[in-house]
Amino acid sequence: MKPILLHPDDNVLVLAEPIRAGQTIEIDGAALVAPGDVAVGHKIARRALEVGEKILKYGAPIGSMTAKAAAGAHVHMHNMKSDYIASHTRLATGEGQ
Amino acid sequence: MNIQGYLRADGRKGIRNVVAVAYLVECAHHVARAIVTKSDDPDVHLIGFPGCYPNAYALKVMQAIGTHPNIGGVLLISLGCESFNREALRAAIAASGRPVETLVIQESGGTAETIRKGVEAVARLKAVADQTQRVPMDVSELVIGTICGGSDGTSGITANPAVGRAFDRLGAAGAACVFEETGELVGCEKIMADRAITPELGEELEASVRKAEAYYTVMGYGSFAPGNAEGGLTTQEEKSMGAYSKSGSAPIVGILKPGDLPPTGGLYLLDVVPDGEVRFGFPNISDNAEIVELIACGAHLTLFTTGRGSVVGSAVSPVIKVCANPETYRKLSGDMDVDAGRIMEGRGTLDEVGDEIFGLVLSVAGGQRTVSEALGHQEFILTYKAFDPIGPACLPLRRAS
Repeated sequence: MKPILLHPDDNVLVLAEPIRAGQTIEIDGAALVAPGDVAVGHKIARRALEVGEKILKYGAPIGSMTAKAAAGAHVHMHNMKSDYIASHTRLATGEGQ
Repeated sequence: MNIQGYLRADGRKGIRNVVAVAYLVECAHHVARAIVTKSDDPDVHLIGFPGCYPNAYALKVMQAIGTHPNIGGVLLISLGCESFNREALRAAIAASGRPVETLVIQESGGTAETIRKGVEAVARLKAVADQTQRVPMDVSELVIGTICGGSDGTSGITANPAVGRAFDRLGAAGAACVFEETGELVGCEKIMADRAITPELGEELEASVRKAEAYYTVMGYGSFAPGNAEGGLTTQEEKSMGAYSKSGSAPIVGILKPGDLPPTGGLYLLDVVPDGEVRFGFPNISDNAEIVELIACGAHLTLFTTGRGSVVGSAVSPVIKVCANPETYRKLSGDMDVDAGRIMEGRGTLDEVGDEIFGLVLSVAGGQRTVSEALGHQEFILTYKAFDPIGPACLPLRRAS
């Protein structure tokens, strides 16, 4: 399974199909074992990412890391944040509980 | 594709011939809806404004929609004691040469009698609208809006850039193309400003996004719904980059505010975030409110991209739904006009889907019903807002012709 690289400068990749933990994925020509399940349209790390690192997608900054992520790991709200306005989920609004 | 437009008395050309029944306060909503239901005609649509307090923006938008080229006649339903300036609205519609009638429930014998008179009025308005002359209409005479709703991680890869391709073709053919939601351009302001035809317009584009960011920060939420996160989008600026790709690659020629008409062809940003202090709540409480504002800017039809799967359409102007996510398309194919998610699965390219959207715009302008039209979707919502007029740097020079 080969995730989509949208721009050569990007440090995340987008999934065109879901991946399961343990599945082999291909990143920049190298085979890697997926560390977890990730759904279509979600992002995974192209390489190891550090806390505070800017995330680039479409070649543009879309936020920064709040926790480390290994190559192939899911990059989402648990380990990155907006540099503009905080995002919310149904649980975070208190209305989905 | 040969488009036969409806030629209005004011010279504008429409692609539909809708009689609108407009309630001017929520208290008149039931009566207006009953008139539309009893009229039982796919080209009789319900629109309206629920508030009892006056609002210049709401009047401007109702005037813009009452004189929209897709509108062939309007019936106004007033309770009687509300603040809405029904005389000003009626005068604007009448001045455009469109037939307009007003029924005031308090003066018309109440609910049952107003419904009875309203059904008769709609029949009269239809009869006048049906006499509208049909004339050839060129692509360059179209105004096309675009919006995204229920976006996910596929939207910015498939449907949005495919609409961008279609926008590039439509704009090159002379159509006016309008993209919007400055709150969903937070993070893109610099690259967007570089596409402005003048440095002054570039500054206005950046300022409109700064205004949106400040407004949404006060509200406590960005233009970001829980479904966006479930679909793989993590931040406002990530959603923005995807949304921004709907605008294509053409130069940006101007900024509009709701109710302003594009004076030329080309690509415009619609600034939907109110001016001044934060009042009246969220800029647009749902996608439908944005579609209404695009229509108020003259949009003959709207290209709606969706990843999670919005099912909406609109009153007055058809909505073409472009589905970004192949899994969503399989679940909701009966609600979608275009399967852009096939790009994800290697069954098509951005250029192919862009061409399909372009062709569909011409077909729908030529009279073909969109999926949401055929399903009877006629959503309409208008709430309170406040705007200052656009600045002098926001508009290109009018065409000499």
